[in-house]
Amino acid sequence: GNKQTIFTSQQLDAYQDCTYFTRKEILRLFHRYRDLAPQLVPLDYTEQPDVRLPYELIGSMPELKDNPFRQRIAEVFSEDGKGNMTLDDFLDMFSVLSEMAPRDLKAYYAFKIYDFNNDYFICKSDLEKTLNKLTRNELTEDEVRMVCEKVINEADLDNDGRLSLEDFQNMITRAPDFLSTFHIRI
Amino acid sequence: MVIFSRFTSSWKHLRYFSIEVDEGNDNEFNLYYVGVEDHSEGEKEQQVKQEGKRRRERNGKISGRTASEKRSAVTKNSDKREKKHDKHQKTARERRGSKTHEKRRKRNNADEEVVEEECSKEKNVKNERTKTSKLEDEKEQGGKKNKKKSVKTEDVDRNHGKMKPRDCNDVPTKEKTKNRKKLETISEPESKSDSESDLESRDDKAVGVLSSLTPEELEMLKEAMEEKKKLMATLRGKPWPMKKKLIILRESQEFLEKYEGALGKGKGRKLYAYKVVMMKKWMKFQRDFENFKTACIPWEMKIKEIESHFGSSVASYFIFLRWMYGINMILFGLTFGLVMVPEALMGKPYGTLPRKTVPREEEASAMNFAVLWDFGGYAKYSVLFYGYYNNQRAIGWLKFRMPLSYFLVGVGTVAYSYMVVIRTMARNANEEGGGDDTIFNFSWKAFTSWDYLIGNPETADNKFASITTSIKEAIVEDQESRKDDNIHLTRFLRVLANFLVLCCLAGSGYLIYFVVRRSQKFALVGLEKYGWWERNEVNMVMSLLGMFCPMLFDVISTLENYHPRIALQWQLGRIFALFLGNLYTFIIALMDAIQLKRAEEDIVKTNMTIWQANLYNGTVPDNSTAPPITVHPADVPRGPCWETMVGQEFVRLIISDTMTTYITLLIGDFFRAVLVRFLNNCWCWDLEYGFPSYSEFDVSGNVLGLIFNQGMIWMGAFYAPCLPALNLFRLHVSMYLQCWAVMCCNVPQERVFKASGSNNFYMAMLLVILFLSTLPAIYTIVSIPPSFDCGPFSGKSRMFDVIQETLETDFPAWFGMVFSYASNPGLVLPFLLLLVLALYYLQSTSKTYKRVNMELKKKLQVQNEENKKKNKLAALKAASELEQATNAVGKHSNTDSDLGMNENDNSLNETQQHRQKGQKSRYVHPSQGQHNKDPHPISSTHTTTRPPASRSRAVPGHLPGNPQQPQRNSHSNRR
Repeated sequence: GNKQTIFTSQQLDAYQDCTYFTRKEILRLFHRYRDLAPQLVPLDYTEQPDVRLPYELIGSMPELKDNPFRQRIAEVFSEDGKGNMTLDDFLDMFSVLSEMAPRDLKAYYAFKIYDFNNDYFICKSDLEKTLNKLTRNELTEDEVRMVCEKVINEADLDNDGRLSLEDFQNMITRAPDFLSTFHIRI
Repeated sequence: MVIFSRFTSSWKHLRYFSIEVDEGNDNEFNLYYVGVEDHSEGEKEQQVKQEGKRRRERNGKISGRTASEKRSAVTKNSDKREKKHDKHQKTARERRGSKTHEKRRKRNNADEEVVEEECSKEKNVKNERTKTSKLEDEKEQGGKKNKKKSVKTEDVDRNHGKMKPRDCNDVPTKEKTKNRKKLETISEPESKSDSESDLESRDDKAVGVLSSLTPEELEMLKEAMEEKKKLMATLRGKPWPMKKKLIILRESQEFLEKYEGALGKGKGRKLYAYKVVMMKKWMKFQRDFENFKTACIPWEMKIKEIESHFGSSVASYFIFLRWMYGINMILFGLTFGLVMVPEALMGKPYGTLPRKTVPREEEASAMNFAVLWDFGGYAKYSVLFYGYYNNQRAIGWLKFRMPLSYFLVGVGTVAYSYMVVIRTMARNANEEGGGDDTIFNFSWKAFTSWDYLIGNPETADNKFASITTSIKEAIVEDQESRKDDNIHLTRFLRVLANFLVLCCLAGSGYLIYFVVRRSQKFALVGLEKYGWWERNEVNMVMSLLGMFCPMLFDVISTLENYHPRIALQWQLGRIFALFLGNLYTFIIALMDAIQLKRAEEDIVKTNMTIWQANLYNGTVPDNSTAPPITVHPADVPRGPCWETMVGQEFVRLIISDTMTTYITLLIGDFFRAVLVRFLNNCWCWDLEYGFPSYSEFDVSGNVLGLIFNQGMIWMGAFYAPCLPALNLFRLHVSMYLQCWAVMCCNVPQERVFKASGSNNFYMAMLLVILFLSTLPAIYTIVSIPPSFDCGPFSGKSRMFDVIQETLETDFPAWFGMVFSYASNPGLVLPFLLLLVLALYYLQSTSKTYKRVNMELKKKLQVQNEENKKKNKLAALKAASELEQATNAVGKHSNTDSDLGMNENDNSLNETQQHRQKGQKSRYVHPSQGQHNKDPHPISSTHTTTRPPASRSRAVPGHLPGNPQQPQRNSHSNRR
């Protein structure tokens, strides 16, 4: 009864086709989304209202709150690139980060997340940012520089001093822990 | 990359197709709408509505397109071009009203698109952008089609002098629809002159439409539909924003709806439509089933909560627990459904046979709680244990073969467990892939060490710290091989530690053996004279050892100074050895007990004959034909029934193990947490961060406990069918209890280890345990004759004789013959030999594959390094050549061709690119070379100096070009 009015069944089917979620999970995600700002998000999505939650709200979710890359995640998945998310973006994000998503898809988005300056390459500055976020600036500059060099040495196949998507995928698909750690259960 | 390229190609296909359809049959599709809606007045309104709907969709598409225009410049240009074309087209159509131009226009469009495609390919540097632009091209096409339709209807209106405003469509009147319908039917012959049959039967318009297609086009249509379907199935795996996915989904659905109903010919059409409908129903069912299945997975939210608090390693224990629960559910289903329930329902009721009755001397205490808790009394003489089952071959109206079922269920549980464990192991091994190579050590540390599941600040802090230390360690390790100061001391300490551990193991083994022997003495005298401790001594000692020895090992392992990960493995190995030793001591002691019981049984047997003789002699002295005397079954003397004894022992073991686990949980975790929390206010040091602090969740210890628990189940399940049920209960309770304990009184681990790598480690342990626990069970089944007066196999010399018996009595004679032939050593031995050979062959091939894999990996690595070296050289060379080139501008062609052969070198190309831009020659990136087979038409110097075939080559390591070029020679010399 109540749940049926949020989405039409066509919408639900479409969402199920476009994400790795079941009907129930989509509804649960909607409620999670709505709980972030009940006054902004209507309970009726059949008319596809144009609602966008600001990054501050998205980033405060317990699932993302402690993630050092939360801002990047929100930016990558939001349509405007600033971290403000519509429900579609929200579903998209958790679909990619769900357990069911295949390795390639995850690798693609991981690449985008670690590519801080959006230039389609992970260059040294991106790596430095990643490392500093990962260790909360606990490493010295020398150490960071060294690790950056090492990473680029290891993974850069075409030797252009930065990691392209192929380099990154080649490296990440062999990582034993990538699949188990690059997901958020919601 | 693979996805992208495959996907692009599929779209290319589609585009090609849709052009084809547009060319020939666009009008006819319009007619189809009209034709179908000709029948009743009511439908006309529908038609109007549909028109409105279509228009809305069209608008939506156009607006979508304008939105997408912002995104890429490429499409913007093409869009403009197209608009221009449309205008041009409109006027042209007004003048001529013929179709030929339209065709040309479309061909133009097609050409244009080819050009566009090439343009977009030029922008191939950024894969994703190209893809989006292509998709937008595609979308445009959809929009274009609709637009064209509207253009056409307007044209027709004008042709007949009824000039209407552009948006006259917004006024939905019946008259108008009628008008248009008429007009379109009139316009039909002039637009379509080749197929007349459509006019005659309007119902089959769609069929006609399709029949007018050539077979190839039909094939194409089908192919396109397949593509669409495939796209819809894989849509969720595409890295696009949701909006785009939704739009594409809707478009493909519309496309399918539009053409699917029309496809198929004549009689086959109905069948086809039926098939389509059934497919849709099936899909829906599948989806619902999928939804149902995920809804059935228990404790998902609980585990999620733990995951977010403690990261993936702690959660992996609970996932393992859930997996175990699932397996035990199946085992329970087997034993409960095929053994316990049939015996309880169809077998003889309690009290009919001596084996189903509590003996007279135990009757008084049979209902005491202490006795029941010990699984004596009524519990012992029930379906819970082996002894209760009757050896009647078939029971009840179903003629249920009870003994056979009992035997097969016993075998089946073990077989099923093997299957599941091995399958899971294989799957894990697949997933892990080649995770052992450490060439990406730092990259993995940088990119995969954060656990995205973490949603708790404390865990996050720990994780940050552990990542920092691990990176620092890696740096130190990398900079210099570890400084091993005082290696002799470490070695000595390690040897000492191992010695201590061995002592512990031997001590615990002896303790258990001693206790078991002592308990046998007690049992001989009679347990009733002793207290609770004497009765439960064995189990208590085993549980206590299992509790304290790991702690001892932990203390000892601090001597060794290993890296924590290696230390963890040592620890696991030691605990494993301890548990295994304890279990096997227990089993050996149990074997002794079995021998004792069997000796007792022999005595009872002889006593029995005497008793029977006395019975008959005493009461019926002369008449032997009189009906036999009825003795109450409780008074009949009986054997000790060693099978029930074994089952009881295992049940007791499980119970005491469970109790100790729970009690340790309560005391070690809960009370400790309570004390630390509340005493902290009035204590002289900080309890929370000081000495006792809160406990951590011990993943490895818990997993091991679970594994051994399961081993005991496997071992004892044959003699106590209630064991899986008990275990199910235990797992269920521990799921809730441990979840609660973890959430309320544990703190996240300080050193968070990755769980995934050890998954197969645990599974391998499980497999070993499974094997080791089936060994004694099989031994007892095969070599010890069953008790003479209890259990389903009583009266047989061996338990597996039940198979023989079934073969002889329940199967036709020839089957038994075949079986006996098949089982004679002459056939079995070669078969075994064959199996061994196959095993050997498979093993050696897998070894070879592994080696080849390793070699390939090495080769790749070597090649990479070589490439890098080469690149550096080439870059130097290029720099010098650049200077030369700037000096002598006239010699473009020669130097260029020299450089052009180094297509794989990026560093070179970076320096070269400036020049190439100037010369308008096209540079082909190696990774894109496969897509761009056709060279750019304007390339000037390359075509003159080099054959075109070599340019598209993209194999790394191969240097295309003329052999006489000096640079290549220099390369090969330097190599």
